[in-house]
Amino acid sequence: MSHTIDSIRKGLHEKQFSAEELARETLAFAEAENPKTNAYLTFAPERAIAQARRVDETLARSEDPGPLAGVPIAVKDVILTRGLRTTCASRLLANYIAPYDATAVIRVEQAGGVIIGKTNCDEFAMGSSTENSAFGPVRNPAALDRVPGGSSGGSAAAVAQGTAVLALGSDTGGSVRQPASFCGVTGVTPTYGRVSRYGLTAFASSLDHIGPFSRSVRDSAVLLRTIAGRDEKDSTSAFAPVPDYAAALNGDVRGMKIGLPKEFFEGLASETGDLIMAAVGELQKLGCEVREIKLPHTPYAIACYYVIATAEASSNLARYDGVRYTARASSASTLAEMYRVTRDEGFGPECKRRIMLGTYVLSAGYYDAYYLKAQKVRALVARDYAEAFEQVDAIVGPVSPFPAFRLGEKVNDPVAMYLSDIYTITGDLAGIPCMSVPCGKTPEGLPVGLQILTRHFNEMDMFRLADAYQRATSL
Amino acid sequence: MISHEEVRRVADLANLALTEEEIERMAQDLSGILAHVDKLNELDTSNVEPMAQVLYDAEPTATLREDAERPGLGNRDALANAPLAGSGYFKVPKVIER
Repeated sequence: MSHTIDSIRKGLHEKQFSAEELARETLAFAEAENPKTNAYLTFAPERAIAQARRVDETLARSEDPGPLAGVPIAVKDVILTRGLRTTCASRLLANYIAPYDATAVIRVEQAGGVIIGKTNCDEFAMGSSTENSAFGPVRNPAALDRVPGGSSGGSAAAVAQGTAVLALGSDTGGSVRQPASFCGVTGVTPTYGRVSRYGLTAFASSLDHIGPFSRSVRDSAVLLRTIAGRDEKDSTSAFAPVPDYAAALNGDVRGMKIGLPKEFFEGLASETGDLIMAAVGELQKLGCEVREIKLPHTPYAIACYYVIATAEASSNLARYDGVRYTARASSASTLAEMYRVTRDEGFGPECKRRIMLGTYVLSAGYYDAYYLKAQKVRALVARDYAEAFEQVDAIVGPVSPFPAFRLGEKVNDPVAMYLSDIYTITGDLAGIPCMSVPCGKTPEGLPVGLQILTRHFNEMDMFRLADAYQRATSL
Repeated sequence: MISHEEVRRVADLANLALTEEEIERMAQDLSGILAHVDKLNELDTSNVEPMAQVLYDAEPTATLREDAERPGLGNRDALANAPLAGSGYFKVPKVIER
């Protein structure tokens, strides 16, 4: 299935197919394809068909069914969908039925989008390979012996294999951009606060973002505009007006100043580096002015991130104690034992590791040395970007030091796995918009993504640059 | 190197009942990660304000609203995922001994 938002709009208006037909066809295809990749944990046929019928009825009345009318969308299973199983890929929530919809989900459906299912991911979005799912790993559609990246691996794989036209993921340290890069699709992490986090299961609240996946830059721009904007249910959601990104995508980026951070090219696999430099050459051909810049605190970002993210995670995951969220250890006879055994049986090894690390850095006597120190270093990382954006309009570089790795390759070395997030984490720490756009394949046929970062709330220039590049290269 | 005893202390704080095997593994993993985290001490941050808030783009009172009653999730929905509930409450193992 190679639909875009525009091709579906056209098909519906010209009566080539109805929204219901498209939903049924997509569901049948997605269910048949799923054994190959394990991208979906739950399908939502009833919800999808009901929504598609509403779109068809709206069209039949010659009313506007919305910018995402009839478009099949997959939703990462850390985002709540009322009445539908929402597992966070954790054994703890295997039977959890969300009691309300996330704001992003409500906005997608109000815009006519058709949610077809919930996608697999690392447990509570903690991981870089989707191997930490309690329901089995996801396989990369581009190479089935490889990981799709993570943590939003199922959402990236669904879009890559064409079982959804769009997907929602979440990004805390690269969990949208890195799987987008590994699977060869477009993935966007908007400015922190651009999209409401209401209904996104909290991992690290000061770093969590909901972001779109699509095949084309234009489609991500339309999806982001749909879900972005102030939501009174998330006090950190931004008031800044949301422009019509797609309307401004005209392919003209002449004179745009692009920065190449030299820290992003140290330790880069040559096959990835070659593709990134070819993309930079393409941007120059489009009339962009390229110069080298410095982001000197980049080497400290991983250490900073794993203190802040795990500290916040240890607090956020404290709520899974066997009282409110479905799973409870049956063997325990006292309350204290019930908490402990429920959590020990329920969480996978990576969640436990992060809860432990976060609890350690917040424990008495360590707060200043770790958490406060990391918050100060975070300010330095953010300052690096603020200074860089005084010289350039956008920053480009790789998303990941290497393309998709094999299943099992890094699973026993947490530090090595964490280090693979080196180029994505700084954007999250600074809270700036960043995205991955496909920029070709390695000689082995593995997709590689180009990362584009811009200043706070300037998703517009990020989309303009990515779209111009995508039009020029058709990659 | 984090000791087994320290791992047990932290597991206790985190309400995790780790097995001996998990404690051994956790001591190794946490030590490895914290060794990397030590890198932060290379930086002099004595004159840096901690970044406690990521972004805030509005007036200080912009997120406030009128103190008016609104419907919440409701008791039934709130209890719907409870492993054990009754009479409108979450039920847990007995806490107070007679």
